[in-house]
Amino acid sequence: MVIIERRPAAPARPPVRSRSRRRRPWPTIVLFLAPALLLFGLLVLAPIVVAGYASLFTWNGFGVPTQFVGLENFRRLLTDEIFAGDLRRTLLLVTLSIGIQLPFSLVLAMLLNQPLRGRRAYRLVFFAPYVLSEVVTAVLFTMIFSPNQGLANHITRLIGLGDLGATWLADPDTVMYSLFLVISWKYFGFHTLLYLAARQSIPPELHDAAATDGAGPWRAFRHITLPLLGPTIRISVFLSVLGTVQLFDMVWVLTGGGPIRSSETLAVTMFQEGFKRFHVGYASAISMAIFLISLFFGLLYQRFVLRRDLEGAVTTMGDRR
Amino acid sequence: MRISRRSLLGLAGAGAAGLALGGCGAGDGGSASGGGTIRWWHIANTDPMLSAWADMARRFEAANPGVTIEITALENEAFKTKLTTNIQAGDPPDIFHSWGGGVLAQQVEAGMVKDLTGDVGGWRDQLIPSALDAYTVDGAVYASAVDTGMVGFWYNKELFARAGVTTPPVTWAGLLDAVRRLKGTDVTPIALAGKEKWPGHYYWAYLALRIGGLDLMRQAAADKSFAAPDFVTAGTRLAELVALQPFQTGFLAAGYSTADGQAATMGNGKAAMELMGQWAPTVQKDSSAGKAGLGDKLGFFPFPAVDGGKGRITDAFGGGGGFAVGRNAPDTAIEFLRFIAQPDNARIEARTAGVLPVVKAAQDAVTDPNLKSVADTLASSTGFQLYLDQAFAPAVGQQVNDSVAELLAGQASPEDVAAAITTAAKQG
Repeated sequence: MVIIERRPAAPARPPVRSRSRRRRPWPTIVLFLAPALLLFGLLVLAPIVVAGYASLFTWNGFGVPTQFVGLENFRRLLTDEIFAGDLRRTLLLVTLSIGIQLPFSLVLAMLLNQPLRGRRAYRLVFFAPYVLSEVVTAVLFTMIFSPNQGLANHITRLIGLGDLGATWLADPDTVMYSLFLVISWKYFGFHTLLYLAARQSIPPELHDAAATDGAGPWRAFRHITLPLLGPTIRISVFLSVLGTVQLFDMVWVLTGGGPIRSSETLAVTMFQEGFKRFHVGYASAISMAIFLISLFFGLLYQRFVLRRDLEGAVTTMGDRR
Repeated sequence: MRISRRSLLGLAGAGAAGLALGGCGAGDGGSASGGGTIRWWHIANTDPMLSAWADMARRFEAANPGVTIEITALENEAFKTKLTTNIQAGDPPDIFHSWGGGVLAQQVEAGMVKDLTGDVGGWRDQLIPSALDAYTVDGAVYASAVDTGMVGFWYNKELFARAGVTTPPVTWAGLLDAVRRLKGTDVTPIALAGKEKWPGHYYWAYLALRIGGLDLMRQAAADKSFAAPDFVTAGTRLAELVALQPFQTGFLAAGYSTADGQAATMGNGKAAMELMGQWAPTVQKDSSAGKAGLGDKLGFFPFPAVDGGKGRITDAFGGGGGFAVGRNAPDTAIEFLRFIAQPDNARIEARTAGVLPVVKAAQDAVTDPNLKSVADTLASSTGFQLYLDQAFAPAVGQQVNDSVAELLAGQASPEDVAAAITTAAKQG
């Protein structure tokens, strides 16, 4: 009603608006945008273009690439067992993250939302690992999984499992799960925080009303909390998948991709090819693959999963809904 | 359109992390180090050599007013990565460590390294023969040799005696026997850094050298093929050792000089031997619990001979370190290399027991018994083979390391190893 009453004022405006549009200071806009555009072009677009260009050559990285091979590097990529293995391992980590890490974070967020004593301290403790850099985390866990003095071994010995802890990172069959453990340790706090923030933005009236209607805690969670957490969960899955596809630091420091490539990721293979074997052309093809996988996943995910979420304030232009 | 421009750009940003590589090698930066600044990168990142070289740089600065030497001392792997990045960007440091061989050849081919033939010629006759071999590409010298050495078995005399192994083994069969005896005393026979693959490649390379002789390696380099039966036999012999499970628990994830790695396991007396270069005692000391190392308990013996092999037990495998000069380096950089190569300075290096010098006059300053035994073994050697991961092109060297690691983990057959390395050699 209020809105309708305001409308009569509108006709008086057009001349003002059109004048302001005419006087929109384009030079100023361009001037202020230029540094950002320049940096973006230089630091984001140029590397993509250069990598795309380099991926068409057999090149050891020295001097100017001359040996043009077209799409040969990509053809090789498609038949490369190591690349296929990287994809499998990435998929495994994505599955584990979505299946275990995120639900765990969600449960934790729900618990931390309860009025329990020392809640603040818990939140701090759970979020702390996220503050550490990936490299520090990896070094820390190298020590924990260390065969002689490692904490993992102390624990397994205490509970009567012998030297099991020492071999987690050294066994091709367990290294991915150990890696997942470390990744989870570092990132669960971040996702918990996202969920907690989203949970707290749900108006209490909804739960009060549900309680009045006789809904138990599970029904309230299932029909009120979970749907309203939807956008956050979808974003958290998105970040988790993209992070996994680009995983490098942690793996590099923790295992170097080993033992015998059993924990190698796409980015680790790229590094090995580029900086260890000097196959820069091939490494560029791998980096293009990582880029395209991220891009297509991102586009499809936004198109089909995030569609409704993104129709909110963030991406709509003007009054379009 | 559903996908707004904004979200597309956001995604491009997300993908860019994976493209960090693309940014390298793009620019031809060119060195800005004119005037009196010399950027010196070396790998002696621990004492005694870290301080010894820092001290030498300071003395050179004092004698040459206006010259500043900026030292960057990095651990091997970090060094290789950083150097590769800089060289691919066209900006090599003024003086940098080089192991010579195939890697140096690629750097030379790219025009990143100065030809030192004329300069080093001035002090060449002061060096032990063959010191510059690894740094010679197509007849021209591209680095000044600084230290030399070889790989051999470092062993704990006490643990050997306790296992009843009275003399170090001289045959492969003898080594396997010693391993069996050591296992009987509940000692880890061999410490190995499986995470870093280069220590593992020593076994395969040495076995190939003992079985096929030096000619086998030369032929492989010429033919770009490792298909010769002797390479497969080397893998078979190594598999015999692996079958005895001689390495420490979790060796596949162990580093070399880390807190719980190969050198620490050895230096803390938890393993009976390790196959490593002349720097092993220093690193053992540095990574052991009390920074004491094994002291008198430490001994050295050459890699054993293999029955029926064409190679001799006196053929040495190893390498040394030299300093290459970047393309844009000031002339004072070469002056500084000449300064380091002076006998008095080489003697300082020798006395630290950190390096085995290549300057003839400084050999008398080698007093450390361990280093002396390496020097003596090297002096009486009948042939020399450079580390395979340096001698060949990087792609081949890495494949040797990777494939041998697979063999050590029981995931590849001796035939697989030879075939994979041959494939890499053909691809280049």
